[in-house]
Amino acid sequence: MSEAQKDWPLYEIFIRAKSGLDHKHVGSLHATDARMALEHARDLYTRRQEGVSIWAVRSTDIVASDPSESDAFFEPARDKVYRHPTFYDIPDEVKTL
Amino acid sequence: MTPQVHYVLRLADTNLVLAQRLGEWVGHAPALEEDLGLANVALDLLGQARLLLAHAGRLEGEGRGEDELAYLREESEYFNLTLVEQPNGHFGDTVMRQFLFDAWQSGLYEALSRSQDATLAAIAAKGLKEAAYHLRYSGGWLVRLGDGTPESHARVERSLRELWPFTNELFDDDETDRAVVAAGIGVLPSALLPAWDVRVDETLARATLVRPAPVKFAWFGKQGRHSEHLGYLLAEMQSLHRAHPGAAW
Repeated sequence: MSEAQKDWPLYEIFIRAKSGLDHKHVGSLHATDARMALEHARDLYTRRQEGVSIWAVRSTDIVASDPSESDAFFEPARDKVYRHPTFYDIPDEVKTL
Repeated sequence: MTPQVHYVLRLADTNLVLAQRLGEWVGHAPALEEDLGLANVALDLLGQARLLLAHAGRLEGEGRGEDELAYLREESEYFNLTLVEQPNGHFGDTVMRQFLFDAWQSGLYEALSRSQDATLAAIAAKGLKEAAYHLRYSGGWLVRLGDGTPESHARVERSLRELWPFTNELFDDDETDRAVVAAGIGVLPSALLPAWDVRVDETLARATLVRPAPVKFAWFGKQGRHSEHLGYLLAEMQSLHRAHPGAAW
């Protein structure tokens, strides 16, 4: 660490609940470095065996869509119902779809 | 008191006193995240202490359970290592105390998991994973502080100098130790020194800290002769139980 930084950077934490599932965003925390972010995530978010894997990402490294552009981003998909797979007859044998 | 009971109480008391010390940080740590980090370590140590106290009570066979042993013994009946009763000081002091301890406990549990005392071996095997994490936590902080700013470096360097004399006791063999080693139950403290040296030297080097010169001075906490600090800690820890015997949540 070359220069002292007063505020610890923010990390976003993703937890995989069990093998085979996706990592899910669970919250954020402050840490001075990546190693500490993992340790804090372990201590804060897996106290009750919530996970088997942790991802930590610097919040500043996340590229997010802009809420003010949400119309342009998300409206055009609204009238395209044919993109939903609702035009099939599902056989009775298929239970889990 | 048989050597086996004495030995198990030493392990239990060392964990219990350190858990109590770490618990003092709750609400006062430098960051909310560290509050939880330190409390997690404290809870691991407390969990092990409860198992050890209950085991000591059963071995003793006089009907004392974990609560009687934790809350109704006097200072001179506590056999914890003197290192762990030292006050928290600043965060760097706590990190240093924890690191010196974790490096010791990791080696201890590794050896103790092969004890002829099956309960003790099981507690050690469980504790070994917890101790490995504690060492990662305290070692990581030690490197950050030692290799951090000139201020943090100077502070932990002083912590190291002040706590170093208490490490002698970790590797000091006495009659109780020799008796439990002969019975295949315990671990000879001096046998843990080489592995501790390796762990400590490696992390101190990464933290750009210089290992202090050996000191002759020894403490005798594990024989029930303590520094001035334990009495206050016990008074606080035991006051509720003594005022309301048998109080429970």
